[in-house]
Formats: sequence, structure tokens, C-alpha cells
Amino acid sequence: MRIITAVLAIASGLIVLLGYFFPDQLSGLRGLLVDWAVVIAGMAVLVGIANLIFVQMERVRSRNKNGPYGALLIISLIITFGLGLVFRPEHIYMQTVVNAIIIPAEASLLAILAVTLVYASIRLLRRRVDLMNVVFLVSAVLFLFAVTPMPFSPNVYVQFLQSFILDVVGTISTGGARGLLIGVALGTLLTGLRVLFGIDRPYGEN
Amino acid sequence: MTTGMVALGVVAVASALLFAFIWLRRRSPGALRKIEAYDRLNRAVGDAVEGGTRLHVSIGRGNLFTSRGGSALAGLAMLRHLSERTSQSDHPPIVTSGDASLTVLSQDTLQSGYRAAGAEDQYRFTTGRLTGLTPFTFAAGTMPVVSDENVSANVVIGDLGTESALLAEATDRAGTDLIAASDNLSAQSVFYAFSQDPLIGEELFAAGAYVGAGTSHEASLQVQDVLRWLVILAILGGAVLKLL
Repeated sequence: MRIITAVLAIASGLIVLLGYFFPDQLSGLRGLLVDWAVVIAGMAVLVGIANLIFVQMERVRSRNKNGPYGALLIISLIITFGLGLVFRPEHIYMQTVVNAIIIPAEASLLAILAVTLVYASIRLLRRRVDLMNVVFLVSAVLFLFAVTPMPFSPNVYVQFLQSFILDVVGTISTGGARGLLIGVALGTLLTGLRVLFGIDRPYGEN
Repeated sequence: MTTGMVALGVVAVASALLFAFIWLRRRSPGALRKIEAYDRLNRAVGDAVEGGTRLHVSIGRGNLFTSRGGSALAGLAMLRHLSERTSQSDHPPIVTSGDASLTVLSQDTLQSGYRAAGAEDQYRFTTGRLTGLTPFTFAAGTMPVVSDENVSANVVIGDLGTESALLAEATDRAGTDLIAASDNLSAQSVFYAFSQDPLIGEELFAAGAYVGAGTSHEASLQVQDVLRWLVILAILGGAVLKLL
């Protein structure tokens, strides 16, 4: 049974991969397999939400100090889910839930994030003092200077300096970023191939 | 030649090299260069088992239907071996993720690790958790795990964005260890600022090899090195041809 499932998984993966290179021959089959995968992923969301509820219920039952938040989450989830089923997601009530609760909550986290990042930058040199940290911080400060609008009227020298920084530091950092992304792409390719050929099966029977 | 054919050629060469290096690696095992963060990870695993504390593994929110899925699979490969090594502990590891499919796979991975260690009865499905479906809800849902679950070390490996700063800050406040890597450039910058020994770029994909996941992981590191040199030669060759 294990061999059959492995063969089916590998064959499906290969068909989807080859479908990108030979769309005329394999696009239909590739589309069918991807559609099936999307349906399974949709079911996985329901399983994930059930998992979220179980974890929070356990927190409430064990009288964890964050238990009340868990109870609030479950109640909110049930109400929102119920409203969504009755009114549909595009209804004004559902839009209000998103605009009045979810967006402000996420915006607050974004504000905390900005403070957190500034704090981390300040503490960076306390954590590790080396050349690369200094380069990292100087680049960040130069970039902030180059992209931030000046509080006074545009000055030709300041504009020249900003454009010079964007050209020089921007070129170097873009090159570095592309180098990192090429490395990440190669890592992704090899990880995908290991899983595709069944050499590496982190999940399932091993 | 179309871009598609070049890509197919890269896939074919990478596949051939992968099998060749696995064969070579099995015949003559080699050494890996020292990466401080992975040494710290191995020490953290030992400390968690001996000290009766917990390991928190976060595999991000990389959707398996996108190109971000690669980092999630690398995180799962590492998780498989970490769960096997820590399954006998009083406090089993907790895995958090921000994608439902990834949560299901992480539960399956944890279970297979327990099974391999002969401790399947110790497995609880609530140790693999979905903590949120958007970047900030994922961060907000994961932060309490860092502070409230007797965690001594946090391993964050996968696709995350700038919200990773909230996670990193939570680990800092809780006084716990952080070993972090991401395929996302924003998250890499954040981890560079927060982590003691940051993992940059493709070092994320070396996780499996450094936790003892086997020769295929070590071979794929060698293939990455070979392909990187080929890319460098292609870039230099292209620059020379452009100048001529």
C-alpha cells in the first residue's frame, strides 16, 4: 500500500511539473490534479479551524491564564461563521466585522511592529559588534534618508545626494538581494526534487 | 531556445546531480562546514530534553501551492528529525504554522517522528497548531506559545514576512533562544537584527543536513554549491558577451 501511495504521489508531482514545460500535451491533466489538490486544501482549512478550536478549548478547560481569551476567540469564531453562513461574506454586517474589528486590530499590530523594528535596530550593536552589523545599520539609515521626504522645500543638493545614495547603495543592495534570492531558488528547487522523487518524505509513513 | 526549455534543462541537470551526489555521499561521507546557529539548535534540543522544557518549532505560513512551499518543506524535513529526537521528553515540541495545509502536514510529520521513536502513544494532535490565517493573526496567535508553554528554544524556519519581528521580540522578552531562517528577504533582515547567529539565504535549506536527516540532504547542499557556481559562470559569461 505504501508503495502504491508513493508511486501515485510521485506520478502526480511529475505530471504537474512536466505540465509547465509541455502545456499542449499535459495542461488538462495538470489542471485536473491541481483542482483536486485545491479541494483538499479547502478541506484542510476546516480541519485547521477545528484544531484551533480544540487547542483553545483545552486552554479554557485547563484554566490557563489566557483561557478567557481562548473562550472569546471561540465565541467570536462561532458568531462570525454563523453570520457568514446566514448573510454571505459580501453583506454589510460581514464587511463591518472586517472593517471595524479585524483591520484595526491588524493595524495596531503593524504599529507595534514599527516600534519593535526601531528598537531592534538600536540594540543590534549591543548584541553583536562586527563589520557586517555596521554595514547593515549604515545602509538602513542611508536608505531611510534617501527615501524620506524632507520637511523643508526641495533642495537641489539634498535631492542629488538622495538620488546618489539610491543609485550606489541601491545597486549594491539589489545585487546582494538577487544573490540571496538565487540561493533560495536553488534550495527550493533541490528540496522540491527530493520530495518529488520520494527521496525525502518528511510527512506520512516512513 | 525558450525560457521553459532552459528551466527544464536546469531541472534535469539538478536531478542528475542530486542522484550522483547521493550515490557518492553514501560511498564516502564528508564533513559539513560549521554553522553556529545549527550547533546551537542541536544544543537546544539536548537542553530541552534534559531540562524538562519544550521546543517550539514554527514553520511559517508558506502555502504549498506557491513557490514559498519549498521553505515549508525544508521546515517539515527538519521537524521530522527534531520530533524523533524529542519525543521521549516530558514536554513534547509544539509546532505552529499559519497555513491550514501546513498544519495538517506538521501533525502528520510529528506523528511519524513519534512512531519512528516508538512513542506514538505520546503524540497529541494539539501539539501541531494553526495559530492564524493572516500574517498578523499568525504572529499574534504564536506569541503566547513562546511565553506560556515552558518553551526554552524557538526554531522558526519557513516563509514569514515582517510580522516575524513580533515573534522575535516575544522570544527576546521570554528570555528564550531563537534560531531563525526564512526565504523572505524582509524576514531575513528582521532575523539578522534579532538573532544571535542569523541564518542567511539558502542556509535555511541546510537545516535537514545539520540535524542529521541523512545523505540526501547533504547531497542536495553539494548540488546547490555546484549549481551556484554554474549560475556565477553564466552571469560572468553573459556580462562578457554583452561587453563584446
